[in-house]
Amino acid sequence: MVDTKVKLTGWELDNPIIPASGTFGYGHEFAELYDINCLGTFSFKGTTRDPRFGNPTPRIAEASNGIINSVGLQNPGVDAVISNELPKLAKVFNKKVIANVSGFCVEDYVYTCSKLNDQEQIGIFEVNISCPNVHNGGMALGTSCVSAAQVTSAVKAVTDKPVYVKLSPNVTDVVEIAKACEDAGADGLCLINTLMGMRINLKTGKPIIANKVGGYSGPAVYPVALRMVYQVYDKVSIPIIGCGGVTCAAEVLEMMMAGATAVEVGAANLINPYVCRDIVEALPAEMEKYGISKLTDIIGGAH
Amino acid sequence: MKQGIFTIVQNELLAPSVYRMVLQGDTTGFTAPGQFADISIPGLYLRRPISLCDVTDDKLTFIYKVVGVGTDAMSTMDPGQELDLLTGLGNGFDMSRSGDKPVLIGGGVGVPPMYYLAKQLIAQGRQVSVILGFNTADEVFYSQEFADLGANVTVTTVDGSLGTKGYVTDALKDMDYSFFYACGPMPMFRAVEAVAETDGQYSFEQRMGCGFGACMGCSMETKRGPKRVCKEGPVMDREEIIW
Repeated sequence: MVDTKVKLTGWELDNPIIPASGTFGYGHEFAELYDINCLGTFSFKGTTRDPRFGNPTPRIAEASNGIINSVGLQNPGVDAVISNELPKLAKVFNKKVIANVSGFCVEDYVYTCSKLNDQEQIGIFEVNISCPNVHNGGMALGTSCVSAAQVTSAVKAVTDKPVYVKLSPNVTDVVEIAKACEDAGADGLCLINTLMGMRINLKTGKPIIANKVGGYSGPAVYPVALRMVYQVYDKVSIPIIGCGGVTCAAEVLEMMMAGATAVEVGAANLINPYVCRDIVEALPAEMEKYGISKLTDIIGGAH
Repeated sequence: MKQGIFTIVQNELLAPSVYRMVLQGDTTGFTAPGQFADISIPGLYLRRPISLCDVTDDKLTFIYKVVGVGTDAMSTMDPGQELDLLTGLGNGFDMSRSGDKPVLIGGGVGVPPMYYLAKQLIAQGRQVSVILGFNTADEVFYSQEFADLGANVTVTTVDGSLGTKGYVTDALKDMDYSFFYACGPMPMFRAVEAVAETDGQYSFEQRMGCGFGACMGCSMETKRGPKRVCKEGPVMDREEIIW
């Protein structure tokens, strides 16, 4: 019997498998398919102060071993999340959830996190300063040490829940941003968000995506995510949630050896809606294959 | 929605660039005409959404046009090959609104979903008219199959090489009908919207990520708020569409 439990700032998860924000909605679509209580937890759809329709369509393009999306933070807004989504979620999910929060300025993050702070269903905040699909805020805040630290400390000031900051890979030095967030009080980090990419339709000669560029995710970005988790791990002392292109239990172990305490699975949910359940089920056998009895033993083991 | 492995039993050219694929497997995921499947194509990352043309106890029929790498790969597949499908996606057409004399309007590759709809409406005793719009006689498919179901079939071709010369709306404007169902390109929808005299439903197409409501990649604004084409659609009521 192997031990798959992991801990995020005092919050014990049965296993490290976490569907990533933006690929799992508020859980309902997947709860219709399987009992989502098998998950460690999940990170809900990026939520903003006001309701957002998001970007014009087409928002999706295929790329080698991955998907480019430009959804642009479509969500019903924080009030509707509190009044509709969370009560609905409570009926199908009895664990705490990760609240992914986005915004366009520091005040937006403060507002949304303040509103969500009283919700007992929320375990930790995942502050998204790395969305590549909005023109102001989003990734712009996450690509400078100064603004990343500003958002982190402003959110920390209004919540007693742990604050994890989701970082962008679209930077010169991810370690620098990670350290700035830690110094500003972040309890943990999540990396990585999508890489910026694009495709052009050869028939029209124009970008496929209406917003022209989008965020590239899927198996193609997995080595990039792994490398960034590895690079950041021994430069910070806070836990890291590894995210990017993970599709199977073996890659979960690899991501943890690089330095992740828990692992988010994103694009793979869109291709195989059962993938997270499958990974949870496959994880013990995969651990035994490598003689791992306690999952936490391997965190950062590659260093 | 159900996930299942299906075996190709037929994959044949029906018209230039248009193929019919018949798959065998568990078809119980489909509950309404107008739904679609999301087909996993070996070697490609995203599944490909394809409208259901017909469903029986153990077989699914899809008619698809080669428009990109996904459908091109499908066109080269042989009987015996297995495919991973998500079935029963989307809301489908609302048959309770049809009235006694519905008209079904299909343009090009918008024709296939009308087949199972016609079959079901005829089974319910409706007097079904079908308008099938194409550019030219070479492109026409399934007019006989619709007639065999017992539908009153009108074919239109833009160049007049078969049936009524012109567009689907040239046939629609002289027709007496209780409700319309339409699937085809946006210019056809706008033309139908301009002349249709009853309530109706349109089936939309959009680039999708997942096909089952998770990624918000295919959303559209409607008078009833944002909707996901894959989940609350692809079929939308005439009265909710923002043109």
